[in-house]
Amino acid sequence: MSDFDWAIVWREWPFLAQGLALSALLVVVATAGGLVLGGGLALMRQSSRAWLATPAASYVTVMRSLPLVLVLFWFYFLVPLALGHPVGALASALVAFVLFEAAFYCEIIRAGIASVRVGQTQAALATGMRQAQVFRLIVGPQALRAMVPLLMNQIIIVFQDTSLVYVVALRDFMTAASVVADRDGRPTEMYTVIAVVYLAICFSASKAVEIYQKGHAR
Amino acid sequence: MNYRWNWGILLQEPYWSWIWSGLEWTLLISLGSWIVALAVGTLFGIARTVTNRAVRAVADLYVGVFRNIPPLVQLFLWYSVFPEVLPEAVGLWVKRDMPSPQFVTASVAIGLFMAARVAEQVRAGIDAAGLHLMPAALATGLRPWQAYRLIVLPLGLRTIIKPLTSEFLITVKMSSISLTIGVLELTAESRHIENYTFQGFEAFGVATILYLLLGLAVTAIMGLVDRWFGGDRLRRAAP
Amino acid sequence: MIEIADVSKAYGRTPVLRHCSAAVARGEVVVVCGPSGSGKSTLIKCVNGLVPFDSGSIRVNGVSVGDKGTDLPAVRARIGMVFQNFELYPHMTALQNVSLAQIHVLKRSRAEADARSELLLRRVGLADKLASRPDQLSGGQQQRVSIARALAMDPQAMLFDEPTSALDPEMVNEVLEVMQALALDGMTMMVVTHEMGFAQRVADRVLFMDDGAILEDTPKAAFFAEPATERARQFLAKVLSH
Repeated sequence: MSDFDWAIVWREWPFLAQGLALSALLVVVATAGGLVLGGGLALMRQSSRAWLATPAASYVTVMRSLPLVLVLFWFYFLVPLALGHPVGALASALVAFVLFEAAFYCEIIRAGIASVRVGQTQAALATGMRQAQVFRLIVGPQALRAMVPLLMNQIIIVFQDTSLVYVVALRDFMTAASVVADRDGRPTEMYTVIAVVYLAICFSASKAVEIYQKGHAR
Repeated sequence: MNYRWNWGILLQEPYWSWIWSGLEWTLLISLGSWIVALAVGTLFGIARTVTNRAVRAVADLYVGVFRNIPPLVQLFLWYSVFPEVLPEAVGLWVKRDMPSPQFVTASVAIGLFMAARVAEQVRAGIDAAGLHLMPAALATGLRPWQAYRLIVLPLGLRTIIKPLTSEFLITVKMSSISLTIGVLELTAESRHIENYTFQGFEAFGVATILYLLLGLAVTAIMGLVDRWFGGDRLRRAAP
Repeated sequence: MIEIADVSKAYGRTPVLRHCSAAVARGEVVVVCGPSGSGKSTLIKCVNGLVPFDSGSIRVNGVSVGDKGTDLPAVRARIGMVFQNFELYPHMTALQNVSLAQIHVLKRSRAEADARSELLLRRVGLADKLASRPDQLSGGQQQRVSIARALAMDPQAMLFDEPTSALDPEMVNEVLEVMQALALDGMTMMVVTHEMGFAQRVADRVLFMDDGAILEDTPKAAFFAEPATERARQFLAKVLSH
C-alpha cells in the first residue's frame, strides 16, 4: 500500500472536477434533447399512419440494437462531413447522445402511456370529449406520473453511459482520470477513487428513486 | 456533402478479414461474458430471495456495487488495478502469462456487470412466478427448502427466459467496450477500416448491419429456448 | 331512441356479435342479460361508438353511429355511460370528475359546472364526498360518482355496462337504488347486468343474449314467467337459484 500515492487525487481534483462537469453537461443535454425527440418519436409511433409510425419504429429499433461506442464513432465521422467543416469531439458526442437516448426515452414515454387503463380513455370519450382533450386531461397526466421512476432510472444510466466518450478522447470524468492515470502511472488511485464517486452518486440516485416510488405507490 | 462511395472496398483484403475477425471477437466476448453473467447472476438472484438475511444482504451488496459503477470503469479496474493489488507473482501472471489476458479480463468485467442486472431479473422472476405458490406448497406438507427447490425455483427461472433476452442483447452491445483494452472486436475493426480508407459510411454501415443481424439471431435463439421450456404457457397460467 | 339493426362483429375469425337487432324507445328501461362471453358488453359499447362494428347499423336519435362522417363526440355527449370498473379519473376529486366534461365539452363555466356537480352528487347521496379522491371512496361510492358524472351531461339516455359486477355484495344495493330512481324519473336506460331482481322490479323489456346473438326480446313479465328459448330457461334457472 505504501507504493500508492493517494494524494494525487487531491492534487488533480480540479482537473477531475472539470471532467465531472462535462459529464453533467452530457447528461443534461442528452436528457433534454432525448426527451423532446423521444416524445416526437413516441407520437409518431402512436399514429395510425404507416408513413409516420414505421420510420419511427425502425429508428428506435436500430438505435437500441447498436452499441453506444459505435454510435459515437458514427457521429464523430458524420457530423463534420454533414456540416462540411471540422467539428470538435464535444459537438459530435452531444449529437450522438441526443439521438441515441431519444430511442430509449421514446420507449419510456410509450410505456407510460400504455400503463393508463384503456377504460380511462373509454370513460372520457363516453362523456363526449375529443381525443386531444382525453390525452391532455386524462391520459397525459396519468402517463406522466407512471413515467417518472422510469425516467429517473434512465438518467442514472445516461450518467454511466457518458463514461464511454473515452473512445473519442472527450475529457469527461472517467477520461480525465485516465489521462492522469496514464500520465503519472497511477491507475489504482485514480480508478478506485472515481469508481467510489460514481458509486456514491448512482447509488444515492437509485435510492432516491426507490423512495419516490414508495411514496407514490398507487 | 462531399463523399465518394465505395462499398466494394469492404470486399478487399485486408478489410474483409478485419470485418470477420472483428465479428469473431465480438461473438467470443459476448458469449464469454454472458456465461459469466448467467452463472453469477442466477446465483445472486436466487440469493436475494432466500429467507436468510445475511445471504440476502451479501447479494444486495453485490448488485448495489456492480450496478452503480459504469462498466467501462469496472473494466479498467479489472485490467489496470486488479493485477496491482494482487501478490506480485499472481499479478504478473494475470497481466502477461495468462492466455488471452484482454479477452479474459473483458469477459470477466462485462460478465460481472451484467450479472448484477441478471440477478435483478432472476429475483423478479422468482418473486412473481414462484413465491406466491409457497403457501400452497407448504400446505401440502413440504418443508420450506423443498418447496423452494421443487416448485418456486423451477417455475421462476422458466418465466424469465424472455426478459433475459434483453439482457443478452445488452451484453452483446457491451462487448464493444473491450476495444478500450485492445480487443479488436467488430466496432474497433470498423473504426480501423475507417481510419485507413476514410470510407466511414461503408465501414460503420457494415458494423451496423452485423449488429442488427446479431440482435435478430439472439432474439430468435432465446425465443426457441423460451418455447422449449414452455415459458409461454407459464406466463398465461400465472395470475 | 336507440335502434340497433342487424349488427355483426368479429375479432379476426371469431364472431362476437351475430345479426343483433333491438330497439330502445324513449323512457324505456331495457335489461340485457346472458352468460359471460355472450357479447352483451360489446354490444352496448357499440351503441356509443366505443367499439366499431363490422356490419349493420346503429342509430341514436336518428344519427347513425357507424357512419364515417358522424361526429361521435357529439353523439356521446348526449348519451351517458357507466362502466363496470367505475373508471373515475384517479388524479381528480369527485367534484372535478363530475365537472370535467361539463367544462370541456359543454363549455360551462367552472362555477356553473361545480354547482351542477354538487347537486348531482347530493342526488346520489354523496354530498359530503365532494373533495374526496377515488382512492378514498368505496366501490359503491365510486360507482355513484360515476353515475353523477354521466348525468352531468344531461343525457337523453344512459348505458350501463355491468355496473354492479365489480362491487362487494353489500354495496350493490346502494347503486341499484340510484339506478331505480333514475328509471322512475323516466330516463331511457339500457342496462347490461346479472341482477335479475333489478330487472324484475324496474325493467320494461329483457334482452337475452347468448354466443353473440339476441335470442330473446320480450316484455319483462313474459320473460320471467316463461322464457321462450331453452337457453334462456337454463340461464334463468341457474341465476335465480342463489
